[in-house]
Amino acid sequence: MALLSGKTKEALLGPLNKNNPVIVQVLGICSALAVTSKLEPAIVMAIAVTVVTALGNVVISLLRKTIPNRIRIIVQLVVVAALVTIVSEVLKAYAYDVNKQLSVYVGLIVTNCILMGRLEAFALGNGPWASFLDGIGNGIGYGWILVAVGFVREIFGSGTLFGHEVIPQSFYNMGYENNGFMMLAPMALILVAIIIWIHRTKNKELQEEA
Amino acid sequence: MANREKSGYTIIYASVMVIIVALGLALTHMGLKPQQVRNENIDKMQQILRSLNIDANNKVAEQQYNELITNAYLISADGQKVEGTEGITPENPAFSGEEAAKGVPVFEAEIDGSKKYILSMNGTGLWGAIWGYLAIESDGSTVYGAEFGNAGETPGLGAEIVEPEFRNQFIGKELIKNNEFKSIAVVKPGQSVSDRDYVDGISGGTITSKGVDNMLFNSVKKYDSFLMNLHSDNQ
Repeated sequence: MALLSGKTKEALLGPLNKNNPVIVQVLGICSALAVTSKLEPAIVMAIAVTVVTALGNVVISLLRKTIPNRIRIIVQLVVVAALVTIVSEVLKAYAYDVNKQLSVYVGLIVTNCILMGRLEAFALGNGPWASFLDGIGNGIGYGWILVAVGFVREIFGSGTLFGHEVIPQSFYNMGYENNGFMMLAPMALILVAIIIWIHRTKNKELQEEA
Repeated sequence: MANREKSGYTIIYASVMVIIVALGLALTHMGLKPQQVRNENIDKMQQILRSLNIDANNKVAEQQYNELITNAYLISADGQKVEGTEGITPENPAFSGEEAAKGVPVFEAEIDGSKKYILSMNGTGLWGAIWGYLAIESDGSTVYGAEFGNAGETPGLGAEIVEPEFRNQFIGKELIKNNEFKSIAVVKPGQSVSDRDYVDGISGGTITSKGVDNMLFNSVKKYDSFLMNLHSDNQ
């Protein structure tokens, strides 16, 4: 039983690296800027998007033979919107503080291009198991960029991780200061750009012709 | 299977889908509602405690609130307690914000043996609602602490009103000058006003600062008689 045959393996692992939704397809950048000033909301956002992408993919994949072609985008939107609303309600009930930090961005998962992109490009043409893996893969592919950016921004911007001080007081005494620029959205863009730079250097086939 | 491209199929498909989704969402909402309301109440308790300069996390907030807040009630426009509105629990009108037509809420707290009165404020900032709590000493004039919240002010600019750097400026300021309610002004940093106490606004957050200024006047004005009564009792 090949739970992870060539194609499903590619669906799961491709988005983590060579087919990454953020640094290769450059999707979902908006939320990557907005929720990464601290590590905790970045992780919650990553989990939320992963759950919604995976479940949305499964639902659409199961329905794919019944969905009328003319309203398929609407069907996808309704499924995504319903899942996002559920995630938002669950966060409000069990992670109220994080939900407050994420504010509108939980609701805006609906408009995350990664989701509609995966539903349209993958789930409509593949079985539920492959779609599930594809959703998990893309969610994590999106998530690890968020977590990486959130990690750098929190440690250099606030000197903390998960709200705990990690830069020793002696550093501050010697004149070290937290970099306020890290807290602003442009820094997230610069960090994503640096990740893209390193990634393209390692994967020369992804470089565009100059 | 029916022809997927027929209009009838499409319409039935869409109808069934939205009914199922609506049902699912309604059930989720109802199932999670009690927990969400609890979180909102605890959040409000944390805000009230912050106006007393106490930063309680969400695990101890309820306990500390119950320890420190001794009474809560609505007061009418002439500064009198409205009958039957006493009680500090979330169901009581002072906390729930219901029966707002009858009066404005006051929370009494006891800290180190002295009584503080916490007033509630509401206003508008640049993008949406702002609100806050103002803790007043028993002389009815001196500010013991202030807390502000906002729905969606600009991060780094207007939203800075929630930070202690801004809030703590209010401590020790007086609402009443020469036996007249004057409120506290929020001015551009560097400017001043002569007839009342003032604090520095947020640079780059002019409209939000103006909103706080208006809120401090309009909302606290409703407590005018109540504060003046306290003030004259203590002179």
